[in-house]
Amino acid sequence: MRSMLVIARRELAAYFATPVAYVFIVIFLVLLGALTFSVGNFFDRGQADLAPLFAFLPWLFLLLIPAITMRLWAEERRSGTIELLLTLPIALWQAVLGKFLAAWAFAAIALALTFPMVITVNVLGTPDNGVILAAYAGAVLLAGCYLAIGAAMSALTKNQVIAFVLAVAACFVFTVFGSPVVVGFLAEALPAGVLEAARRVSLIGRYDAITRGVVALRDLVFFATFIGFWLYANAVIVEWKKAG
Amino acid sequence: MEAMIEAVGLVKRFGPITAVDQVSLAVARGEVLGFLGPNGAGKSTTMKMIAGYLLPSRGTARLCGHDVLEEPLAVKRVLGYLPEGAPTYPDMTVSAFLDWIAAVRGFKGRERRARVERAVRLASLGDVLFYPIEALSKGFKRRVGLAQALLHDPEVLILDEPTDGLDPNQKAEVRRLITTMAPEKAIIISTHILEEVEAICTRAVVIARGRIVADATPAELAARNRWHNATTVVVREAEAEAAEAALRALPSVATVERSTRVGVGLVALSALPREGRPIEGAVRDALAAAAVAPRELFVERGRLDEVFRDLTMKRAA
Repeated sequence: MRSMLVIARRELAAYFATPVAYVFIVIFLVLLGALTFSVGNFFDRGQADLAPLFAFLPWLFLLLIPAITMRLWAEERRSGTIELLLTLPIALWQAVLGKFLAAWAFAAIALALTFPMVITVNVLGTPDNGVILAAYAGAVLLAGCYLAIGAAMSALTKNQVIAFVLAVAACFVFTVFGSPVVVGFLAEALPAGVLEAARRVSLIGRYDAITRGVVALRDLVFFATFIGFWLYANAVIVEWKKAG
Repeated sequence: MEAMIEAVGLVKRFGPITAVDQVSLAVARGEVLGFLGPNGAGKSTTMKMIAGYLLPSRGTARLCGHDVLEEPLAVKRVLGYLPEGAPTYPDMTVSAFLDWIAAVRGFKGRERRARVERAVRLASLGDVLFYPIEALSKGFKRRVGLAQALLHDPEVLILDEPTDGLDPNQKAEVRRLITTMAPEKAIIISTHILEEVEAICTRAVVIARGRIVADATPAELAARNRWHNATTVVVREAEAEAAEAALRALPSVATVERSTRVGVGLVALSALPREGRPIEGAVRDALAAAAVAPRELFVERGRLDEVFRDLTMKRAA
């Protein structure tokens, strides 16, 4: 446990040791703001809630979360430090979990910096802050899913660009499976069973439910399982690469 | 003496290529094993397997009795490892990096500080403690890697090219450090600097194309060379002919080689013995009989570089 936190702390510090963290946070906030206010018609809707923000969030995450995870393992492999890390007296799961937690904490920091929006809607009206809180929890869980996928993809290669592209592709697949457009499009091509299975592993439907304030245990278990599965895959990939 | 590092029939295949083929070796406490071989011979791959970073295709390694496949954590606790190229996190300062290593190794509070201080002292890093590692020269980076490997005072040290990129003073310093620690530990170093093997290693293992081709003390290896016990005399040019004739007449001398690169008006004559037998006495006597007074006379131990070339090249054909 302690070793895991030591790993996590170093990883988190590594984000802020370079301008990457600041560039990421600024771009994230600017894009999210722009989407929410202009595309999302934040003011014209006349409603005191953050629905437009949380509606755009998955798509922004889709592009930006892989940028957080791409260096996690790929950079270690490229610079050779993975050899150092894996010959230190820690279990593999401690390294995998430590890196993931650092990335998750970083994503949570970026998300937390959207707090002026919460203040804004509270000044302009009387929003249901319970729903907003639930939506933030949903966003954190969604970020966790994307991060877990991204971390596993990063373990596959020593090239950060490849890690990024693979992660975007994988996250995209797990996001769009549930969206009505894709379901309608695929309904003719795929048998109902496959479609149903695809809908079940999709993230967006469950995320939408949570952002509307519907927090079901089933969905929480799903997110936890999803993250767990990808972290396990991450460990398997690292172990498999050790076999050369 | 009980072996602290044991490699048992290590094999590593990458696809169709066998990078390491049946490498077995044992290193006891107090030994410094020099791992020699041309680039790509499988030195680093073997060390990676012993350190538990690469999984062997076959065979295993044991450190202080712990099997690297069955008890990886126990192995990693007793091991100090300097990987190939001495990788470190470039964005960290030397101090932060070593402190992190100490924290991962489970040291806390006062002891952690003491451990870091000791490692800094051993690797002479005091002047660059608060520099980011990426700003350091190659030699300093190597020493940061070395400090990291020594931090927990491990029983077993595996150092992949510990002196690569260091200047001669730093090399001497690292060698002195290794020699000082040697009695307490079992050490493997890889290198292709042969003088290093003679200077610090108690044993040399030569590997070529993934296989061990020699496992002997540096002196034994040198004895295999035709220059072993070769006796070189430096004489004045005027006396060279007489001296050479006298040396050639000796039955124990196989051949005499001549070099004029020793100074103006001087000639160096090297008498190579038959079967490596000592010939110094015979050479002195022969020169005295020929009334030649040598300016210098010295005996060679054998040329390791030639032994190395013989061992590693003949299999390539």
